[in-house]
Amino acid sequence: MMGSVDDTLEKQRPWPKLLAKPSVPMPRLDVVRRSEPIATGTEWTLGTLEKFDHAIAAHARRMGLDTYPIQYEMITASQMLDLCSTVGMPVHYSHWSFGKSLLSQEHGYKKGMTGLAYEIVINTSPAIAYLMETNTLALQVLVMAHAGYGHNAFFKSNYLFRQFTQADAILDYLQFARTFVADCEEQYGWREVESVLDCCHALAPYGVDRYRRPQRLSVKRERARLNERMRFAEKHYNADFAHLHMDEQDGAEGGEADALPPFDPQENLLYFIEKHAPKLQPWQRELVRIVRKVSQYFYPQRLTKVANEGAATFWHYTLLNELYDAGEVDDGFMLEWLGNHGDVVAQPAFDSRRFSGLNPYALGFSIFRDIRRICESPTDEDREWFPSIAGTPWQEAIKFAMTNFKDDSLIEQYLSPKVMRDMRLFMMHDGDEDRDHYHIRAIHNESGYTQVRQTLAAQYRGESYIPTLVVARSNDEAERALLLQHRVESGRMLDTQSAETVLGYVKKLWKFDVVLEEIDSEGRRLKIHRT
Amino acid sequence: MSQAPTQTSLETPDATGSAVATLGPDPDTAGDPPILGLLRIVDRRSDPPGRGAVNRERFIRRFKDDIKRAADEEFGKRSIKDVGRGGRISIPGRGLAEPRLVHDDDSGSRDFVLPGNREYLPGDSVSRPRRGEGDGAQGDDPGSGEGSDSFAFALSREEFLALFFDDLELPNLERTRFGEMSMERMRRGGYSREGLPTNLLPGMTVRMGIARRIALRGALAAHVLELEQKLDTPGAVTDEDERARLRDEITRLRERREKLPFLEDVDRRYRSRVPTTAPATRAVMLCLMDVSGSMDERKKDLAKRFFALLYLFLERKYGHVDVIFVRHTETAEEVDEERFFHDPQTGGTLVQPALELAYRIIQDRFAGPDWNVYVAQASDGDCTSDDGRKSAAYLAQELLPLVRYFAYIDIPSSSGWFNRASDLWQSYDAVQGPAFARRTVNDRSDIWPVFRELFARKQAA
Repeated sequence: MMGSVDDTLEKQRPWPKLLAKPSVPMPRLDVVRRSEPIATGTEWTLGTLEKFDHAIAAHARRMGLDTYPIQYEMITASQMLDLCSTVGMPVHYSHWSFGKSLLSQEHGYKKGMTGLAYEIVINTSPAIAYLMETNTLALQVLVMAHAGYGHNAFFKSNYLFRQFTQADAILDYLQFARTFVADCEEQYGWREVESVLDCCHALAPYGVDRYRRPQRLSVKRERARLNERMRFAEKHYNADFAHLHMDEQDGAEGGEADALPPFDPQENLLYFIEKHAPKLQPWQRELVRIVRKVSQYFYPQRLTKVANEGAATFWHYTLLNELYDAGEVDDGFMLEWLGNHGDVVAQPAFDSRRFSGLNPYALGFSIFRDIRRICESPTDEDREWFPSIAGTPWQEAIKFAMTNFKDDSLIEQYLSPKVMRDMRLFMMHDGDEDRDHYHIRAIHNESGYTQVRQTLAAQYRGESYIPTLVVARSNDEAERALLLQHRVESGRMLDTQSAETVLGYVKKLWKFDVVLEEIDSEGRRLKIHRT
Repeated sequence: MSQAPTQTSLETPDATGSAVATLGPDPDTAGDPPILGLLRIVDRRSDPPGRGAVNRERFIRRFKDDIKRAADEEFGKRSIKDVGRGGRISIPGRGLAEPRLVHDDDSGSRDFVLPGNREYLPGDSVSRPRRGEGDGAQGDDPGSGEGSDSFAFALSREEFLALFFDDLELPNLERTRFGEMSMERMRRGGYSREGLPTNLLPGMTVRMGIARRIALRGALAAHVLELEQKLDTPGAVTDEDERARLRDEITRLRERREKLPFLEDVDRRYRSRVPTTAPATRAVMLCLMDVSGSMDERKKDLAKRFFALLYLFLERKYGHVDVIFVRHTETAEEVDEERFFHDPQTGGTLVQPALELAYRIIQDRFAGPDWNVYVAQASDGDCTSDDGRKSAAYLAQELLPLVRYFAYIDIPSSSGWFNRASDLWQSYDAVQGPAFARRTVNDRSDIWPVFRELFARKQAA
């Protein structure tokens, strides 16, 4: 396991030789130990937590972790429930779906069926991490290391977050959104507002720019833009002639070219609706925009579930072990958080009753931990698979992995044979040729590693669980219909019922006919859904 | 950063920015600038709750119909005393889903990776779970997750009440709606000089006597001393008669001092009891209902709602309320709640036996000034005119003086084609008094207004 390094340690080891080699790193010799733990027992005070934070910060700094400043907020269990219901944001506009998730979580929590989220951290600067008052000392410190340092560092370093989200602006923007939604409800009635929001929520996955960096959020600019838009539009709006205005604009822009200008397919459906839906009222456009912006903010999080949680879990594991090595926590503390840690990274087997898909914590943690192992004590297999990192300083390798990858690329790059073996990953195939059986195509063996790894990576690509959709054409002179296209890959068609429901929502916003084509790679139409 | 205005700093006042440098456990890093780490710990536990409630309310508003139906069902199952508690509600899951575009798993081909392989080798195959049995290898797992067929959650007391008395829109049960219920009570009020012999306080009386004797003895002694000095002073009193008179006086005073009575009337002390008004603490509610054949489920449901509402009010007021159920056809009997509402009876209707039974129950068990007796009678108003007349007289003369309030609700048959007041209603025309009130209830939405009206009148009275 640990190779030659271990043999030299063997002779110096001041404690009796254990029967089996410990798989948990034991206290190291090169670390100065404190004479006494910072605190013992399960009780905590804000003062103790602060001391622990400094201890963690010292270790994190030593390992080169780069984070935003952290603000911890101590909250109660019911406040945690509130937070969870609004996807972790302390400010959000009001919507029934948040109430629904609140009610179901509350119900589960009160019945003892589910625990509460250990941690919520908000990608802002300073990062806000929530600590729940009912947690014990060990759990608080675990959350501090996980959220306050792990997630925080990931947010600060990962390219997607750097590129796509403005950490400091989201809370202000949500504040603005909340006020705006409330105003709309006041002015136009909650039913109207709710129905627009319902439509937008169903289309939220199609409200993101996947490649273009979004404009910086700025509340001031949003307000100014909104005022401008509302003022202009309300002055000029006339429901009967709304589409004529659009025509004029188009005509003016199109200039002398009489034929329809060639239409570039657009993937951001909500953006397209916001800008081009013929009959939307200004305030409705603004609601579309709000959902779109929020969806955009969460887009990187959707793409980095495994990487993000894996890195955070890796760092809390590493940092808390450092605390132990430095004598800052006692054995009871370790046993307690390791219990929780074990629950978090548990991966039930596919045929277990508790199985509900791959656990991103487990997968991510295994990957990151294995990166460290490959750096510190590579085997021949590792040297063959990962020549570039085997034997290099692990801090740099980890940092590189945190910075430059999202879920699919992380898996494609770093999922090692050892992790596949440990998790006993295997690959199934489901196809037209046999609808009664799944076929096992590859398992965790020499000939299957590559295939399993590639399949798993593909599984984490957005397209595999969110069908793609592009706006192919609109403003067809006569019928004003909106044409959407779904490119069918490997024969996977859309579920008819969900397609019809979602089309209904699009139509509610577009107000004219909406057609959804499913086309194959040559552009042939396979199926058509109409409203 | 625009945070909520209630940002409270840490308990240690100096722990905002400089804390990083001062508290660092590592002496060698303590001097470094705080690049990493803590900005501050903000205690938000005392922040008012809020957002959750708003979204929760929205959810209930959106699915009001479903939830109302579930709440109604729940209501049917509950006893009157439990109506006011919150509880678990389960509504159909349809319409709750937030739809997303998804792939049809029965088309095309896909590969997926699963963990926990034990025995499979490449080339093996497993039978594919049927549709609806769970996705892929998830297998049959009936208990997991939120099933799509129902959505369960818990409602708070207020929410449940709001739904339970739907259409009421005014569920704020205020104490002030009630006139203050109070009763006269005797309370210890110190000592008095007069009273009944049984209330005599001997110890106190003797003490008063001792005090009296000490006081008088001192006064007499002082007087004697004064006279003696006068007598002894040479040349002060020269007249012999006068001197003799003084000596007599001294003798008389000395005797009197020796003979002070042990007790006198003024020494007597009695326990004193003063009347005070105190809020009455115990309450009983008698539910009277006609259960003859003409009372169908709808009427019973209305009656139950009325009783439940009354119970809620009384419970708020008194904390604990006893509930007695008296049902009657031609005869009256005291029953438990289950039988009261759900045990069908046949037969004609006589009201008076029920009133008499109520009277007896009150006399036997709830007599006395500290019992607040409330009677609520629900009936469809069918009765013979003779019975009606007698009942009204009995009510006015015997029962009404015993109770704090008697409310009669008349639930006419919805199918009635004539719009005439019911027999019992007409008979009760004869009953007058501030403690009596009656209203007609046709529909669930009537109950709350009727209730308010009944008690508003009470307040005015």
